[in-house]
Amino acid sequence: MELLNGIRRATDAAGYRVELFVSVFPRLPALWKRRAMVSDQLYVGGIKVVHVVLLVGFSIGMVVSLQTGLELARIGQQDQIGTLVALSMAREMGPFITATILAAAVGSSLAAELGTMAVSEELAALEVLSIDRVSYLVMPRVVALAILCPTLTILCDTVGIVGGGFVARSQLGVGMQLYYSSAIESLQDTSSLGVPKDVYAGLFKAFVFGTVIAVISCASGIQAQGGALGVGNATRSAVRDSIILVIILNYFMTWFFYQH
Amino acid sequence: MSDEVVIRYESVCKRFGPKVVLQDLNLDVRRGETLAIMGPSGIGKSVTLRHAVGLMRPDSGRVLVEGKDLSTIAPEDLTELRRRMGYLFQDGALINWLTVGENIALPLRENTQLSDAEIRERVEAKLALVQMHNTGHLMPPELSGGMRKRVGLARALVTDPEIVFYDEPNTGLDPEISMSVNHMIRDLAERLSITSIVVTHLVSCILTAADRVVLIDQGRVFAEGTPEEFLRMDNERLQRFLAKPYD
Repeated sequence: MELLNGIRRATDAAGYRVELFVSVFPRLPALWKRRAMVSDQLYVGGIKVVHVVLLVGFSIGMVVSLQTGLELARIGQQDQIGTLVALSMAREMGPFITATILAAAVGSSLAAELGTMAVSEELAALEVLSIDRVSYLVMPRVVALAILCPTLTILCDTVGIVGGGFVARSQLGVGMQLYYSSAIESLQDTSSLGVPKDVYAGLFKAFVFGTVIAVISCASGIQAQGGALGVGNATRSAVRDSIILVIILNYFMTWFFYQH
Repeated sequence: MSDEVVIRYESVCKRFGPKVVLQDLNLDVRRGETLAIMGPSGIGKSVTLRHAVGLMRPDSGRVLVEGKDLSTIAPEDLTELRRRMGYLFQDGALINWLTVGENIALPLRENTQLSDAEIRERVEAKLALVQMHNTGHLMPPELSGGMRKRVGLARALVTDPEIVFYDEPNTGLDPEISMSVNHMIRDLAERLSITSIVVTHLVSCILTAADRVVLIDQGRVFAEGTPEEFLRMDNERLQRFLAKPYD
């Protein structure tokens, strides 16, 4: 019985998240009216995580460079480090790391904020005041994260490549000129769209991750019940479910872009 | 007060898990009337109020507002209906990141085409009405419980609603402000023919503000009458409830 109730709750929550995601689109024409709220969210969200993204991106670039560089050096191919680091960052590491940081730092904060509003009757007040809470609360946050995630991903990719270059030179003796030229060359492989495929595929992933994190976090917050404990549960489920969905969607998008 | 029924509860039942809160509740509220709902804590007074604005749906039975069944009403009609309603929540339910002035202005900014100057003027007028002059710049966390309640009241009234719901309007207020709120409820009803439902524990509130009082117990209307009739009723359970030191 407990299991059945758990399954029913999970199904309800998933259904609500899909419903919320779909309901954002008809509200997009109100974007201009909500521009101040979108810019607030961009500012608050961006400031909150930009230093973490820079630090983690730089460190991950160093690790990727060192790990791949040591293996490549064994077969005398360390000249290719720039290619590997750039592709790893642009395709996978940049979007995924940024999404994980956003889910933990911004998604949790969104869920807690809306969860507190739910348990303190502020959401009910908006409803009684005939204010569309999807348009007023959810849509600006979804748009902000959909913009923020690709923007931070560009930063993450860039500092990751720089971090990789630092290790390539200091630990593996690869010249900076060689490292950067191979990195840039690898990212210039254009697709049928005429733009570098690895860059736009990574940024598209980031856009999807940002949207998903915002929708899941808002939905978890709105559905919070039962005081502080409910807000805590909403925050936890927002971060957990966002990261799980990011990982699953990452696989399918990688399959779509590179194997399809 | 006219004989037209504005809000009607028809055999309304509501339960939360195993707990039955409303059980065959039947109640009419007439246009221009101020109805007070009394009852012990946790008996379903706020739940009754929430049904009248569509925040809750009955498990069975119907709630009709101006003849429209809130369980089957189209969302856009419910939105339109709510624009003519005001609702004071127990602790004000102010939006935390907006100032006091922005909170009160919110329904005007979202639902009307009024200019900034007109909105400012209305906000100031409502702040004055609840004796909160020059507090428009404050943030909700800077307010005491009573101040939050009064700002919530100003927000509920800023659109000049035809129907107002007050959920414990006196809680957290000092006796002087509490009495002025009671007079304000009475005054609004008389001057503007506002239909009101007031959930309260206070005898002073029903004596000052209400035209009619109902006591809800075990999910249904247990006693009903004018405030004076209500206080004189020879019913042991009612007198026991009224004797409790809420006031």
